[in-house]
Amino acid sequence: MKIFFLTAAATTFLITVLIIYTLVKDAWGFFIDVPKADLWSLGWFPRRGFFDIKTLIMGSLIVTGIAMLIAVPIGLGSAIYLSEFAKPRVRKVLKPIVEILSGIPSVVLGYFAISFINPNIIVRFFDSANKAFNIAAAGVAVGILTIPIITSVAEDALRAVPNALREASFGLGARRVSTTFRVVFPAAISGIVAALILGISRAIGETMVVAIAAGAVGGGLFSLDPFQPGQTMTAAMAALGFGSDQVAGSGLAFQSLYFIGFVLFIITFLLNLVGDRLVRRVREEY
Amino acid sequence: MSLANPQKFGATSAATVTERLTSGRRHVGDSLIEFGLLAALASALLILLALILSVLENAWPVLSTRFGDFLSSGLDASDASSAGVWQAMRGTLTMAIIVSLVAFPLGVACAVYLEEYAGKSTLARLTRINVRNLAGVPSIVYGILGLAVFVKFAGGFTGGRTVIAGGLTLSVLVLPIVIITASEALRAVPRSIREGALGVGATQWETIRSHVLPAAAPGILTGTVLSLSRAAGEAAPLLLVGGVTGLLTTGNQGLWEQITKGGFTSMPVAIFSYARQTGADFREVTGAASLVLLVLVVLINAIAILLRNRFEKRW
Repeated sequence: MKIFFLTAAATTFLITVLIIYTLVKDAWGFFIDVPKADLWSLGWFPRRGFFDIKTLIMGSLIVTGIAMLIAVPIGLGSAIYLSEFAKPRVRKVLKPIVEILSGIPSVVLGYFAISFINPNIIVRFFDSANKAFNIAAAGVAVGILTIPIITSVAEDALRAVPNALREASFGLGARRVSTTFRVVFPAAISGIVAALILGISRAIGETMVVAIAAGAVGGGLFSLDPFQPGQTMTAAMAALGFGSDQVAGSGLAFQSLYFIGFVLFIITFLLNLVGDRLVRRVREEY
Repeated sequence: MSLANPQKFGATSAATVTERLTSGRRHVGDSLIEFGLLAALASALLILLALILSVLENAWPVLSTRFGDFLSSGLDASDASSAGVWQAMRGTLTMAIIVSLVAFPLGVACAVYLEEYAGKSTLARLTRINVRNLAGVPSIVYGILGLAVFVKFAGGFTGGRTVIAGGLTLSVLVLPIVIITASEALRAVPRSIREGALGVGATQWETIRSHVLPAAAPGILTGTVLSLSRAAGEAAPLLLVGGVTGLLTTGNQGLWEQITKGGFTSMPVAIFSYARQTGADFREVTGAASLVLLVLVVLINAIAILLRNRFEKRW
């Protein structure tokens, strides 16, 4: 029987190897074939041979930055409240809210971004914002998606801090707020950082929200304006894959799919590795 | 701290401690901070509320006038008044079945290996790291994997861009989640149960089959059901393995032909295609489809939570 279960475990390695093999093989093929000047040009127009990777990376970074502006205060604040302030009964009622939020499909949040966030929030407060699609609305929606991850990882880290530390602090006369921010928070800091890193990784990898709400499906000029349509790594991949750019299956443009996939994989892989290490460290310390 | 006058120091700090512990006064700054933290949590609730109300509001014109018709008519990107989601519902259901058949057995088997056989070996440690890493890979990257492996390499078996390729891709996507939750459930089974069975002469496999797995079943079930809701809401990888985003005309052949040949779609993919159409009437169709998916996913999650509460054991 052991062999049977071992085989099952081995398939997980097979999956990793296949992911890396496919990405590396075709990404390398693309990298060899593409005129290097096209990798650093005006914008991302795969059909016309402009493969400006910085357009996509900057797009992803701006979306992630806006997402973190939303997700970090709400996510961390919720985690601290749930772990340090909420009474057990209150916690039992409030925690499922965050859990429900984590179950919402990203397409639905993408739709929420164009039907609610953009018209009611972004366009209302920023006159220059594009009325239909813009990076800012997508970023806010991605932030909403990231809240549950930040909350759950950070709350785990805070709750892993032994009660002895809190009691010692209370015993010295410290108030709950001082105890939370001077004793518990520093003790859980590696887990908190892990929560942020895993949140960033999730935000960079989010596809559907950006594909629906950020506009610029086929391609886009290099732009740093969050209130205009923009392109991210993930949205560019989705566009190439389903062929709104009418290149699916042919030539260099399609191969660029693997190239972006490779870049995205490396970025999220490194973030997850660091985040995972930090989460482990919290568990080992206490 | 000076030791020159320990008497005095001891007295003041003791007084401070007593005062702080017994005065019962609320510190204004502290209350503000606590209120701020509660506000963070409240805004999460508000966002959720706004999301549900906004989707409901957009969906209402469709739901109130032609809900049955909406569920039973096909994907239509040209006419919003007759557009529906039935092929999408069927696609989601088919892929959910494939995920149950592929990812669940494989994931639980892998978890059994990790928790019951492997112990603390290097291989087990590497497998755990690998699984955790796979859980963090962006879903669209799994789409690339599905495209290369299930559509192109194994195209002879799956038939290319079919619902089978889509289901297998989603299976690979949720596999790490199944493994992680099943591992946790197995780990929660106390050692005494295993030792009891082994002590009366059961083999390790008999112990696992008749004692450990039944004891861990509720936890495993909850995790697998949750992964099903993840699979039902996922669209990005399906776009790459051939989920049809425009007008889907197939659907009238026999069941087997539907599965092995050509176009398929799913609820999230349909929402994506409707969201890309312009016009207020398509906005309503997208809202209605979103609401149907939302209800579906929340229902699956509720079942999982109910299962957990009903069967959860405290050892």
